[in-house]
Amino acid sequence: MKVNGVAHPAPVDPRRLLSDHLRHDLGLTGTHVGCEHGVCGCCTVLLDGAPVRSCLMLAVQAEGHEVTTIEGLAANGAPLHPVQQAFHECHGLQCGFCTPGFVMSVVGLLGQHPDPTPEQVDEGIAGNLCRCTGYASIRRSVHRAAELSKVPSPLRGEGQG
Amino acid sequence: MKPPPFEYHAPATVDEACALLASLEDAKVLAGGQSLVPLLNFRLARPAHIVDINRITALDRIYERDGGVAIQALARQAAVEDSEPVARVCPLLTAAVRLVAHRVIRNRGTLCGSLAHADPASELPAVVLVLGGHVIARSSRGERLIEAGQLFQGVMETALAPDELLVEAWFPSSPQPFAVIEESRRHGDFALAGVVRAAGRLALFGVAPTPVLADPRDPLQGLQPSGDLEATAEFRLHLVRVLTEKAFAA
Repeated sequence: MKVNGVAHPAPVDPRRLLSDHLRHDLGLTGTHVGCEHGVCGCCTVLLDGAPVRSCLMLAVQAEGHEVTTIEGLAANGAPLHPVQQAFHECHGLQCGFCTPGFVMSVVGLLGQHPDPTPEQVDEGIAGNLCRCTGYASIRRSVHRAAELSKVPSPLRGEGQG
Repeated sequence: MKPPPFEYHAPATVDEACALLASLEDAKVLAGGQSLVPLLNFRLARPAHIVDINRITALDRIYERDGGVAIQALARQAAVEDSEPVARVCPLLTAAVRLVAHRVIRNRGTLCGSLAHADPASELPAVVLVLGGHVIARSSRGERLIEAGQLFQGVMETALAPDELLVEAWFPSSPQPFAVIEESRRHGDFALAGVVRAAGRLALFGVAPTPVLADPRDPLQGLQPSGDLEATAEFRLHLVRVLTEKAFAA
């Protein structure tokens, strides 16, 4: 499988979850693990460009696919991805535990709705839980991210062919 | 919160998958995994074998046939949600699939998986039931058609035999007017109770071991929902009454 553009060998144990594979085998600890049953959204990553729960996939299932984690959105030292930049500007986080999952979900949301309505924003982040912010600043961040994303992003459409 | 050990199989064709299901003891089919993997993580399911059908190519088609839409086993719920043929032929299904969990879950979850899983609080089994659709089950013994009315047997129990793979679901075109309404504690949660209306027909979900057809004039008849921490039986009956009124006022 390719993770953030780098090819990695398949995991040995079929029961290894993709979330655990990313964190423990590849050291990509930016993907957080909250509930491990698909409710909290912390572990959201992109699979061939679409957001999915990495705790609800076996790592072996990602063989032959492209996985993008929060680490893959912007290289070290490079400018932040528009969604990261928006969360930074609008204080779309407090403790930060849920943030990688929110950012990956919002990347997917803006791929689907580049100019989302408030309802589409609520729908798009409804699968991610945040215990700190009360969501108001996260909603603002999503709208800001849509503005910033009007500038073409190199990530858009990655893995689609 | 890690899956128990199992032997993993990734067949490349439907025939291979059926051969595996015929020969293996205690095998479970893995499609989208959005229900099965949580069950594994909680260790509520401990199958000896997992048959992952995601490597089977050309099993993700959504196409029109016999005046309705057919949805193959690997078509993701998000693809059903975005499908032009589904929106045109069976807009009730488009409306219902939007109520299934969240988009990120629907990116992975499959419609056929929802039917095979047969959660009593799930929307899609009630939709195929109210429309009088069917599923196609394939095994190394052959292929058979199972009417929606025969498919759902109990809580997470279907008429599928252990060696059968649900390869396709078929939904007739939805009549006007239609409605699908549910009440849940939080957006995207399983419904406490829900109703699906297709013209004069009504199906209920979340209030019996399987989705059930009901008389729109007396939807509570014979209904004995269970109570739990989320809702009492009385509250579920109240919801059925109110949601049915709403569905038929539309």
